[in-house]
Amino acid sequence: MILLARALNNPASVLELDATALDLLIRQARAANLLPRLAELLHAQNLLDQLPQAARAHFSAIRVITEKQHQALRWEINRIQDALKDAVPAVILLKGAAYVMADLPTGRGRFFGDVDLLVPKAQLNATEAALMLAGWISTHHDAYYQRYYRDWMHELPPMIHLTRKTVLDVHHTILPETARLHPDAQKLIDAAIPVPGYAKLKVLAPVDMLLHSATHLFHEGEFDKGLRDLNDLDSLLRHFSRQQPDFWPRLLARAAELDLTRPLYYALRYSARILATPIPPEVLQTAQQHAPNTFLLWLMDALFERVFQAFHTSCEGPLSGIARYLLFVRSHWLKMPFPMLVRHLFHKAFVSPKDATT
Amino acid sequence: MRHAGIRLRTGPFTVRIRSAIPSVVEGVAQLYADFPIAPDDAFIDFHIELAVPQWLRHWFHPQVQFWHDDYAPFLPLPLDQAYPMLEWGMNWCVTAHAHQYLLVHAAVVEQQGRAVILPAPPGSGKSTLCAALVNRGWRLLSDELTMIRSDGKIVPLARPVSLKNASIDIIRQFEPSALINRASHDTAKGTVAHMKPPTDAVLRAQETADPGWIIFPKYTAGAITELHARPRAETFMQLANNAFNYTLHGARGFSLLENVVSASTCYDFTYSNLDEAMQTFNHLLEYA
Repeated sequence: MILLARALNNPASVLELDATALDLLIRQARAANLLPRLAELLHAQNLLDQLPQAARAHFSAIRVITEKQHQALRWEINRIQDALKDAVPAVILLKGAAYVMADLPTGRGRFFGDVDLLVPKAQLNATEAALMLAGWISTHHDAYYQRYYRDWMHELPPMIHLTRKTVLDVHHTILPETARLHPDAQKLIDAAIPVPGYAKLKVLAPVDMLLHSATHLFHEGEFDKGLRDLNDLDSLLRHFSRQQPDFWPRLLARAAELDLTRPLYYALRYSARILATPIPPEVLQTAQQHAPNTFLLWLMDALFERVFQAFHTSCEGPLSGIARYLLFVRSHWLKMPFPMLVRHLFHKAFVSPKDATT
Repeated sequence: MRHAGIRLRTGPFTVRIRSAIPSVVEGVAQLYADFPIAPDDAFIDFHIELAVPQWLRHWFHPQVQFWHDDYAPFLPLPLDQAYPMLEWGMNWCVTAHAHQYLLVHAAVVEQQGRAVILPAPPGSGKSTLCAALVNRGWRLLSDELTMIRSDGKIVPLARPVSLKNASIDIIRQFEPSALINRASHDTAKGTVAHMKPPTDAVLRAQETADPGWIIFPKYTAGAITELHARPRAETFMQLANNAFNYTLHGARGFSLLENVVSASTCYDFTYSNLDEAMQTFNHLLEYA
C-alpha cells in the first residue's frame, strides 16, 4: 500500500515515520490534493502537536487555507440561498458543498472549486434566471457549446459570478442525456433532504450521495483529483455505514433501482483495494453480480489501479501515461455515442480555437 | 549537486537543490558558502531542481525549468537566467506554501533587536537600500519576504540580495568587498545579479526580531534625504496591500498586522544619496 494510503487509513502511523518518510508523505499528499485531508485527520486525532516542528508547519499552513476556503464556501452558499428567494422551491447541493452543509466528515479538510447544483429539468430556466439576476453570468457563448451543455450534457454552461468569480454548475440530472446509463433524476430529487436552517437548499439522501459520487468518479476522464475523489467515497462509505445500520442493503437496492450498479461495483472494489475501506464481504459478493466480464475487469483493474496511484513520481509507473489516456478516451465514449464523439472532438480541435480569436 | 543535490538551511526552511547547470552550481557555491548544510536524513521543506527541458531547442536557445518536487510553477526561461530563476523559485516556494507566517512583500533588516520593515513596489530602490544597509551594520533578515510569525516575531531568511540594472554597479562602488555573482541579462526585470549575504546574518538566521519601524523608501534622483512621519492607519492599509497572504489569515491576520504596526514608528523615506541614507537610518537608533 502506498505511503499516503497507509497514512489516510491509519493517521497515528504517521508518528512512527522518520524525517525522510514524513517528507515524502507530505509531497505525496500535496501532489494528490490530499494534504488538507491528511492535516484534518491528524488534527481531529490530536496528533499534530506530536509531530516534529518542521513537518507540523506544512500541515498548519495548509489548514490556514482550508479554513479560509470553508469560510468562502459558506459565504457563497448564503449568496445562493439569497439569490433564489421565491423564484424556485429549492435546489439540491452536490459534492463538496453538500458535504459541508450536511456537516459530514467528508466536508472537512477539503478544498472547493465550483459549486454544483441539481434542479428538476422543469425548474432549470427559473433557476438560471434567478442566478443571473443575482450576478452569475453564463459562459461558453458560442452556439455549439450552448447546445453541447443544454441539449446533450446534463447541465447549464458554467455560470461565473461577475465580481466574486465563483463558478456554479447547474445540473438537471447526474449523467449526460447522451450517456449509456440513465438514472432517473426525479427519484434523486424526491428523496433529497432539506439542509437545516436553509429553506432553499437540500442535499441528496446518503445512498444517493454515495451513488452520485461513485458515478461521477467512474465516468471521469481526468484523474488529477482521482485519489482525492476516491478518498471522498471512502469517507462517505465509512461514515454512512457506521451511522446507519441498514446502509449496505439500501445502497445495493438503490443502485439497482437507479441503474448504477456498475459504477457502484467499481467504487466498492477500488476503494477497498486502494484505501482499505472496510466493506462487509457479503456486500462485495452481491455487488460482484454487476461486475464486467473477466477480460474487461482485468483491463479496468490495470487502468484504474495505475491511475489512482499515478499522482506522484514516487508511486507512478511506466504505463501510467497510457492508462490515463485510455481512461480519458473511455470517459468520452461513456458520455456520448461514437458519431457524436467524433463530431465533438472535431469541433474542439478545429472550430473552437478559431472562434477563440474572434 | 547533479544527483543527490545540496541540502541547505535557509532561515526556518531546509531546501534541497539539484542542478547540473554550471551557472547554478557556481552561484550556489559562491553565495551560499556560509549556509549550514543539513544532514542527509533531515526533513526537507522544498525539493528544488533546475534542469534543462528535454527538447531539441537545447541546441538553439537552451532553456531552464524550475521544479518544486513534481511541479513546475513557471514557464521555462533562457538558460542564462538559471541562477536568478533559482532565487525567484525559492521565493515562490515560500509565498506559495509557508502560510504558517503572514508574508509581506518587503525587505527587512535589524539592529539592536529591532527590525526595519521596508515595503515598496518594484523600482522604488528597496533592494539597493537593503543591500547598502546590510553592508553598514544592519543585519539582513530578507531583501524580499518579511515573514511574521503568529507571536509577532519577524523570522529571518537571510538569503542572497537581488540587485537590478544600475544597482549592481552602485553597490559594487558602495562596498567593493561585497561578493556579487555574474549578472543575467534580458530578464523580465532587466539585468539581475545577486549579492552574498553577510556571514553574520547567515550565522544568526535563527534569531528573530521585534518590529521597530516601517519605512516606505522611494529613490528619486536629486531628492533631499528625508523621513516623513506616516499615520499608522494608512501604514496598516499599505502593509496589508503588500502582504501576499493577508486575505488567507482573515481576522487573525488583521490582529497580527495591527500588533506589528502599533509596535512600529512609521515613515515615508525619500533619498538620492546612499551615504546620507545610511546616516538617517543610524539616527533612528539614537531615538529608539
